[in-house]
Amino acid sequence: MKLSNLKVGEKGTIISFTDLDLSVKLMEMGCLPGEVVEVERFAPLGDPMAIRVAGYQLCLRKSEADVVIINK
Amino acid sequence: MDIKVALVGNPNTGKSTLFNRLTGLNQKIGNFPGITVDKKTGFMKLANGKGAEVIDLPGTYSLYPKSADESIVFQVLADANNNSYPDVIVLVVDASNLKRNMLLYSQVADLGIPMVLALNMVDLSEKQGINIDLNKLVQKLGVQVVSISARNNIGIDKLKNAISNTNKIATQFQDVDVNILAPAAINAIKSKLNSDNDYYALQVLHQHEYLKFFSEKEQEEIEEIEQSHQFESSKTQAAETIVRYKYLSSILADVVSDEGIAKKFTFSDKLDSILTHKVWGFAIFILILFVIFNAIFAWSSYPMEWIEAGFGFVTDLGHQYLPEGMFTNLLLDGIIAGLGGIFVFIPQIAILFAFISILEDTGYMSRVTFMMDKIMSKVGLNGKSVVPMIGGLACAVPSIMAARNIENWKDRMITIMVTPLVSCSARLPVYILIISLIIPSENIFGIFNMQGLALMVMYLVGVIAAVLVAWIMKFIIKTKERAYFIMELPIYRMPRWKNVLYTMYEKSKTFVFEAGKVIIAISIILWVLATFGPGSRFDQIDRKYAPALADTTKNTDHIRTLIATEKLENSYVGILGHWIEPAIRPLGYDWKIGIGLITSFAAREAFVGTMATIYSVDGGDEDTSTIRERMSASVNSRTGLPVYTFATGISLMLFYAFAMQCMSTVAIVYRETKGWKWPVIQLVYMTVMAYFAALIAYQLLK
Repeated sequence: MKLSNLKVGEKGTIISFTDLDLSVKLMEMGCLPGEVVEVERFAPLGDPMAIRVAGYQLCLRKSEADVVIINK
Repeated sequence: MDIKVALVGNPNTGKSTLFNRLTGLNQKIGNFPGITVDKKTGFMKLANGKGAEVIDLPGTYSLYPKSADESIVFQVLADANNNSYPDVIVLVVDASNLKRNMLLYSQVADLGIPMVLALNMVDLSEKQGINIDLNKLVQKLGVQVVSISARNNIGIDKLKNAISNTNKIATQFQDVDVNILAPAAINAIKSKLNSDNDYYALQVLHQHEYLKFFSEKEQEEIEEIEQSHQFESSKTQAAETIVRYKYLSSILADVVSDEGIAKKFTFSDKLDSILTHKVWGFAIFILILFVIFNAIFAWSSYPMEWIEAGFGFVTDLGHQYLPEGMFTNLLLDGIIAGLGGIFVFIPQIAILFAFISILEDTGYMSRVTFMMDKIMSKVGLNGKSVVPMIGGLACAVPSIMAARNIENWKDRMITIMVTPLVSCSARLPVYILIISLIIPSENIFGIFNMQGLALMVMYLVGVIAAVLVAWIMKFIIKTKERAYFIMELPIYRMPRWKNVLYTMYEKSKTFVFEAGKVIIAISIILWVLATFGPGSRFDQIDRKYAPALADTTKNTDHIRTLIATEKLENSYVGILGHWIEPAIRPLGYDWKIGIGLITSFAAREAFVGTMATIYSVDGGDEDTSTIRERMSASVNSRTGLPVYTFATGISLMLFYAFAMQCMSTVAIVYRETKGWKWPVIQLVYMTVMAYFAALIAYQLLK
């Protein structure tokens, strides 16, 4: 499933990415395949979202989270 | 200088705080060629008595740039002939998030420049239960590692010692084999450039387009190597990042021990649940915006009055004691008045940047971006554009400087381009004068004052125009940068008050020295145009009034006002006013308004003072009721009808709502975009928009 489909408090493990350029940026920020991510909150208007990964809080738009394939 | 030191690190690692710690106020701001980011350099003394130049490179997560600002880092580190090329790199990492920060370390290390690793915020990471074995880390990396806290002044001397002890030859281990990522292409580049560094060659393959020190022929040859070996940039980058993280995992496994992951962020999380709450989040943000607006609108008015009074005092004193003549007038009314016009902005700039630096430092600004992104990105703006736009209600100058904090180039440009459309406080005197002329002071529905409503509509017009233009520019402005919103939300921290003071000082200084020269130049030109006239016209005016002035039995003040009026009409500005009359007649204006439009290019509120002079009001711009009477009584000499009808008034207000009638804004846009292209585009689009809005309004209403 996609990272953007997770609800607040849910966790998943990153499997792969569907966009090469975005995957480069995401991996540099610590979102590597095998890392566990947890959804911390959504912005008040529903987008973007904040996730916990690699020991810190990262925010990204839902459209960007769409390219992250995870295993719940 | 004996050595050059470059600070390199991720954003939010406290790099700038360290820079301030090392250099104190010995800083200067320069330019990287062809880019809008400032080059901050400073000087420090090392323990061995040697001096070092410190350069603060833009924060970046990797050597692969995602924005033009970030591309500076590799441009400097790749070019041994660059005058910023360092002898020693201090790589600053956030000790509480070591692994992600070390990605940049491992890339930079492979370039083979001598370096020191500075683990910043160790006090914080220890509190969080993270222990880092420094000795093991030193052994595994082969460089000096110093743990510091720039914020609390811990370990700074140790870092300075480490810098002076650094070898001239790099000692770090280069344990990641990057050659396997693209062996054929890398080897071809190495032999082409006579380099034995695999990683340098790989980086050249990736981003040679950014590297201006290659000749056109070299660029072509590199491009050819890329093509013939089918080098795939993004794929190789992805592979490299994975290899590096694997390497870092193995190195850090027995260096970092982390005991308190579970409770680490509880405080920050609690704050976030309030500050980004659906209701409270917005309520608190609006409250903060209101405080900022009030501060730059109301609080700053006191120091601004002192500055104006001070410069007024000096001018009066000069007119009393200096010999009368052209040079005295140029000095006092041209240069001193121009300087006053620059210094008067300092309170607003300093106050706005005090707030911005607090919001950035505490981590709140990232939450603003997080909350506002959905609305703002629809119209081509950024969450961070909210602060400049609200600040624009007081003054566009500090607000445009505040757009510097927007990382994305396109969002920053659009914000700069539309901020002057928001109605600033300088429009207020113009609106009030015209509204009082054309709108009756009556209540409708018993409670709403018509004049008040009209003023509110003018403010709304400004905001709506800004949003619409931003939305249009979203489609017009092209950029190669891909707009990401992937960013770190740093944990909340207390602001560093010293940093706040540095920012206030630095921004004020930058404005005075860099925008100041443009403002002085324009105000001298305007002074010359308004003080001189062609031929002997001025002499004739002086001669005409000489007998009246000599008559000591009468009050000569009004005579002097009449002279001023007649001189303004016959000056170059007056002639220009006549000259543009055919162009502005369709808007409902006469040449007197034309003069006002020209003089108020200095600043919009100058329109009121010019009207006072043109209509021979003795009290100048203070006496608004007389100005109003004279203006409403004035008749167009051509048609015999009143000049200030409802249609003309609306047309004039729309003109002031949209036109770039402010030389200080032009100057600051020049300084912030480092060139004349954007201020000229802005000046043209705003003037055209103002002209047509005024034209349409007048033609429909007349």
